[in-house]
Amino acid sequence: MRALGIDIGSRYIKGALVEKGEWIDFQRSETTFNPLEKCHEMLNGMPADRVIATGYGRHLLEVHGDIKTITEIKAFARGSRAFFPNCHTIIDIGGQDTKVIALNEKGNVWKFEMNDRCAAGTGKFLEIMAINLGYSLEEFGSKALAAHQEIQLSSMCTVFAESEVVSLTAKGVEREEIAMAIHRAIVCRVASKARRFPLEDEVVFAGGCAYNPCLKALLEQGLGRNIYVASVPEMTGALGAALFAEEEGN
Amino acid sequence: MADYTEMWRNLGLNLENHAGLLSVLTEGYKNIYLSQKSRPKGMEYFDFVISEVHGLRIKEISDAKQAGRKVVGTFCVYVPEEIVLAADGVCIGLCAGAEVGSGEAEKFIPRNTCALIKAFMGFKLAGLCPYVELTDLIVGETTCDGKKKAYEIFQNITGKVYVMEIPNMKNEESKRLWHSEIVKFKETMEAVARKTITLENLKKGASLVNGKRKALQRLSGLRAADPAPISGLDALLINQVSFYDDPVRFTQMTNRLCDELEERIKKGIGISSKGARRVLISGSPMAIPNWKLHSIIEGSGAVVVGEESCVGERNFRDLLDENFSTVEEGLKRMADRYLEIDCACFTPNDERLENIKSMTKKLHADGVIHYALQFCTPYMMEAYKVEKALGKTPFMRIETDYSMEDVGQLKTRVEAFLEMVK
Repeated sequence: MRALGIDIGSRYIKGALVEKGEWIDFQRSETTFNPLEKCHEMLNGMPADRVIATGYGRHLLEVHGDIKTITEIKAFARGSRAFFPNCHTIIDIGGQDTKVIALNEKGNVWKFEMNDRCAAGTGKFLEIMAINLGYSLEEFGSKALAAHQEIQLSSMCTVFAESEVVSLTAKGVEREEIAMAIHRAIVCRVASKARRFPLEDEVVFAGGCAYNPCLKALLEQGLGRNIYVASVPEMTGALGAALFAEEEGN
Repeated sequence: MADYTEMWRNLGLNLENHAGLLSVLTEGYKNIYLSQKSRPKGMEYFDFVISEVHGLRIKEISDAKQAGRKVVGTFCVYVPEEIVLAADGVCIGLCAGAEVGSGEAEKFIPRNTCALIKAFMGFKLAGLCPYVELTDLIVGETTCDGKKKAYEIFQNITGKVYVMEIPNMKNEESKRLWHSEIVKFKETMEAVARKTITLENLKKGASLVNGKRKALQRLSGLRAADPAPISGLDALLINQVSFYDDPVRFTQMTNRLCDELEERIKKGIGISSKGARRVLISGSPMAIPNWKLHSIIEGSGAVVVGEESCVGERNFRDLLDENFSTVEEGLKRMADRYLEIDCACFTPNDERLENIKSMTKKLHADGVIHYALQFCTPYMMEAYKVEKALGKTPFMRIETDYSMEDVGQLKTRVEAFLEMVK
């Protein structure tokens, strides 16, 4: 039996196909303005006996495809444990929300923290700031790490931070330094959420932002411990959903 | 619904905006309320009340006013309704539960103000609340900094505001202060109504309000059954309606509904299947038509079994001891009764923690969601103590307002919470 997990995020749709508890295929496509069509492409491209949808757009498939859903919180818990069996805490900086999930011994969700409505400290904030500084999202983290001096960003609000970045640029501050300050501001916010939980065993950084080396380094510094990142961190939710789908089929 | 345009025009409402508000309300009510399955038949009365919220009820109050009765608007469960009724007045909780007129309100108050305060300013400023136009007196209270300062501005706008001072502690000095505030309010009410409050009137007022409280207590108790005989949405609505409906009729209709709910419980009929996850809501008030969190929770398959809130348990938990033989004694009893209310504006406020624990147990709640309006500092702060007090009971805190922009995030959080509770 093959089981598919689809994670419909605000930026990307991720699909993970599993068989006998092991993943056999991953796919990713942009969410675009027509996520339903993208989901159907993925469903056709990765035929499976059972499907579970998760992520921000999960109800789209529930309504249009009669597909069962779970929240990304539950999916991330399962997916992270699949990558790291000793995982105890998960940090995810997503497109429009940031979550910290604490697990119990069995790997079930014990508690979680999630940001409210605002985009401060989310992947979207990072993306907007990268564009403002003329960086691609992929190079943003490594460029920030090249900063020589430390400056502070006073605002975390996407709107205010944007004007602050403009004024820093106008003052002639190096853009690497501004980039570093932006990363620091995000990590400061996420780390304070994570510190609300007892940090034990392995802390896993999941989601696409985990590719960013600067975020990872700053999180390690901020939490004073190693942070684990999977080879395909953005697939954590999809994998978790697929594993649940397979389990239900057995 | 009959054509009330003339009445609204005479009240000085902004007819165009008002028509827009009513159409949004009607549409929202249809989607959120009328789409529910297996509702008790007794809800038809409340559906009717909502369909006439700015119609027939306004007509009734206008007629009462014509007949010489005074209309008193309030925003808080500390304002003693008994005194208003004893002076033959009509007591109305004013509109404060929708995001309307915030642009207008923000000309007077900061953007970072809680949604409830912004809404009562907005409703008035945008010409959308017929109730506020009908009032002879608007009674404010010093429960939080935002309200206190907003009432000063509201007085400039309406010229009808009277503020009662609520103490911040519950010691002997505070009790004396509060008692004198009750006496002063009685005198004010007498002056406004040009009537003397007699013992007989006060007893009548007390019995009417206690009757309403008993009906609401009865409703609250019936929600302990599994499957729940009534949805949280419907129970919330009844609590919201209790603030502006005619008290005699309201009590009668709520008791009639409770008779039906008892029958349903006997037959094992509920609004969801037995074993559905049960959530207790605790925190800031949900003024009509704020149905946001309940509809998210019940839309996710769980049932809300109680509201530890001013629009809920805090409003009806304590009865007034009616065994008094002078007006003075009655006012003393009233001061004692109202100071029992466990609003987060008090310090310390440990009674609230005990009340939440006892409600959780009594209503067999599987988890507690703490609801705070954004910028409602007293409740936002108390959430910490509530979580600690609840120990192992699953707990989640939510801060939000009346807008719909965070519904997606809230839905994810609520669903994840329910997955945890399962």
